[in-house]
Amino acid sequence: MKLKALGLLAVAVVAVLLPVIAPDPATTNIAVFTVMYVGLATAWNIMGGYTGYISLGHAAFFGFGAYAFGLMLIHLNITPGYGPFLLVPVAGLLTAVLSVGIGWIALRTRAATFVIVTIAFMFMLQLLAENLVKLTGGGGGLGLPYPHDWGGDFFNTPYYYAMLVLAILGLLTSWWIRRSKFGLGLLAIRDDEDKALAVGVPTRAFKLTAFVISAALVGMIGSVYGYYVTYIYPQFVIDPLIGISMVLMAFLGGLGTLSGPVIGALLLEPAQLEFAYRLGASRLYLVFYSAVFLIVILLLPRGIVPSVAELLRRRRTAQVAS
Amino acid sequence: MGGNEMTLVLEAAVLGILTGGVYALMASGLTLIFGVMRIINVGQGALVILGAYLSFAFFRSWHLDPLLTLVITMPLMFALGVVLQIVFIRPLKTDREALSVLVTYALALGIEGVLGYVFTTNYVQLRAWYETASFAVFGFHITYVYVFGFLLCLLILGALFLLLYRTSFGGAVRATMLNRTAAQLIGVDVDRVSAIAFGIGVAAAAAGGVVFGITNAFNPGSHYDLISRLLTIIVLGGLGSLRGAIIAALVMLVTEDITAVVISPVWATFVFFVVLVAVLIVRPQGLFGVRVRERI
Repeated sequence: MKLKALGLLAVAVVAVLLPVIAPDPATTNIAVFTVMYVGLATAWNIMGGYTGYISLGHAAFFGFGAYAFGLMLIHLNITPGYGPFLLVPVAGLLTAVLSVGIGWIALRTRAATFVIVTIAFMFMLQLLAENLVKLTGGGGGLGLPYPHDWGGDFFNTPYYYAMLVLAILGLLTSWWIRRSKFGLGLLAIRDDEDKALAVGVPTRAFKLTAFVISAALVGMIGSVYGYYVTYIYPQFVIDPLIGISMVLMAFLGGLGTLSGPVIGALLLEPAQLEFAYRLGASRLYLVFYSAVFLIVILLLPRGIVPSVAELLRRRRTAQVAS
Repeated sequence: MGGNEMTLVLEAAVLGILTGGVYALMASGLTLIFGVMRIINVGQGALVILGAYLSFAFFRSWHLDPLLTLVITMPLMFALGVVLQIVFIRPLKTDREALSVLVTYALALGIEGVLGYVFTTNYVQLRAWYETASFAVFGFHITYVYVFGFLLCLLILGALFLLLYRTSFGGAVRATMLNRTAAQLIGVDVDRVSAIAFGIGVAAAAAGGVVFGITNAFNPGSHYDLISRLLTIIVLGGLGSLRGAIIAALVMLVTEDITAVVISPVWATFVFFVVLVAVLIVRPQGLFGVRVRERI
C-alpha cells in the first residue's frame, strides 16, 4: 500500500513539474495532448466502462465544447489570456444540456443500436458545424483569438495545466462514482440491466446521469483544445478518430477501472503522435492504429490493468500455496 | 411549386429509387451479417470503398469495364470476408456485440490506411461510357449508369433471396438468424454459416462499391459518409430484416434526393439523421424489426 502511495506521489510530482523539467515546446505539446487523452479516456470510461454502453460518438461532445467555447470567446469579446479559462465550465454546462437531449434519445436503445446511434449523432453534429456557416464558419473553420504575449517555451504551459486540472477532475469524479451507490448501480447495469431494474436500480436515470457527466467532461476538454489549437474545423474537432481513440485507450488500460484509461492514454497517445508525425502523409498511422486495436481486443480484451492484477493475484496464491 | 420544380422533384424521386437500389444492396450485406451473427459490421462502408478501389485498379491497369470487373472483385471480396470473419470475428467469445463493433471499426481504419497508402487520398472515379450518356423518358433525362446499377442490384438481391429461401444453405442461414443455439442443436454448422454469410455481405459491398464508384468521386476516407447512411438504413429497416433494409434504402434515398432539390444539397444527408432520431422516438425497433425487439 505504501508503495502505491509513493508511486502516485511520484506521478503527481512529475505531472505538475513537467513544464519545468522539459520546457521545450515539442515535448510540452506532446504532454498537452497526452494529458488531454488521459482526461478523455477517463471521462469516456464513466459511461462506457461502468455501464457497458459503448459510445463511439463522444467526439461530438468534444467538438461541441470547442465550438461553444470559441463562439463565446468571439461574441463576448473576451480578451485572450487566462480569463477565457473561466468559460471552460460554461462550455461544459452547455455540453451537458446537449447531452441530456442526445442521451434521452440514444438511451432508448441498447448494445449495438446504441453504438450506431452515438455514431449517427456525431455525424449529425459534424454536418451541422459544416452547414451552419454563419455561426461556425463552416468548412472554412472558426478562428479563435489567442494570447499573443504567451510566446516561446511558455505558450503550451497554461494549456497543459488546464488539461491537467480537467484530467484530475475526471479522475476524482470517476473515483467518487466507483465508490458510491450510484457507481454500484452503474456496474449492475453493465452486468445485467434487466436484473438491475428488477432490484430497484433506477436504470434510466442512472444511465443518463453517467452519460451527461461523461459528456460534460469531454466538452470541457474539447473547449481547452479549441483554445489551444486556435482554429477549429468541423472534421478535426468532431473527428471519428478522436472518438475511437478514447475508447481504445480505455480498452487497452482496462475497461471500468480507474487507472486503466490513464495507462492506456499514457501508452498510446505519445505513440500515436510519433506515428502520425512520421507517417502522417501516407496515412499509414491508421494501419498502426488499427493493428494495435485489433491486437488489444483479440489478445487482451480485458485490458492491461485487470490482466496484470490477475497475474499478481495468481502469483500470490501460488506463493501462499507453496 | 411551379411546373418546372415539380419535374425536378419527380426526377429526384426517380433518381432516389435508382440509387436506393445500390444502397439496398450495400445495406442488405450489413443486415444479413447482423441477422446471422448479431454483430454490426461498421467496416461495411470501408469494404464498399475497398471494392470500388479494386475495380478501379483493374480498370486502370487492364482497362476493363468497371461493371465487368465484378466478375473478379466479388469472389475476391467474398474470400476476404470469409477470412476476416474467421480471423477477427470468430475469436470473440464474450461480449461479442460490443467488441465486434470495435473490431470492425478497427478494420475500417486499417482499410482506410492501406488504401490511403496505395492510392493516396486524392479523389478518383470509375469511368465508363454509361457514366454520362443518358436517355429521356417522359421529359426527364436518366443517365444509363443509374439504370444499369439498379438492374445489377436487382439481379444480385434476387440471387440473394433465391439463395436464402430456395436452398438448404439458405435454410441453415435463416435457422441461424432465428435462433443460433437451436440451429446448432439441429445440426447446422453455425461457424461455417457465419463465415459464408460474412463473405456474402462483403461481396455485396463490392458490388455496391462499383456502382458507387461510377456515380461518385471517392477517396479512402469516403467510408465515413457511407457507413453513417448504411447504419441509418438498417436501423430504420429493423436490424436483421432484409426486406426492411431494402424498403428503408429506397425511402431514405428518395427523401434525400427530394430534399436536395427542394431545400438544398448540403442538408440532404441531414435527413438521414432526422429520420433515424424520429424512428428511435416513435418505433425503436425500426420498420420490420419486430423479431429482435427484445434486444433493442
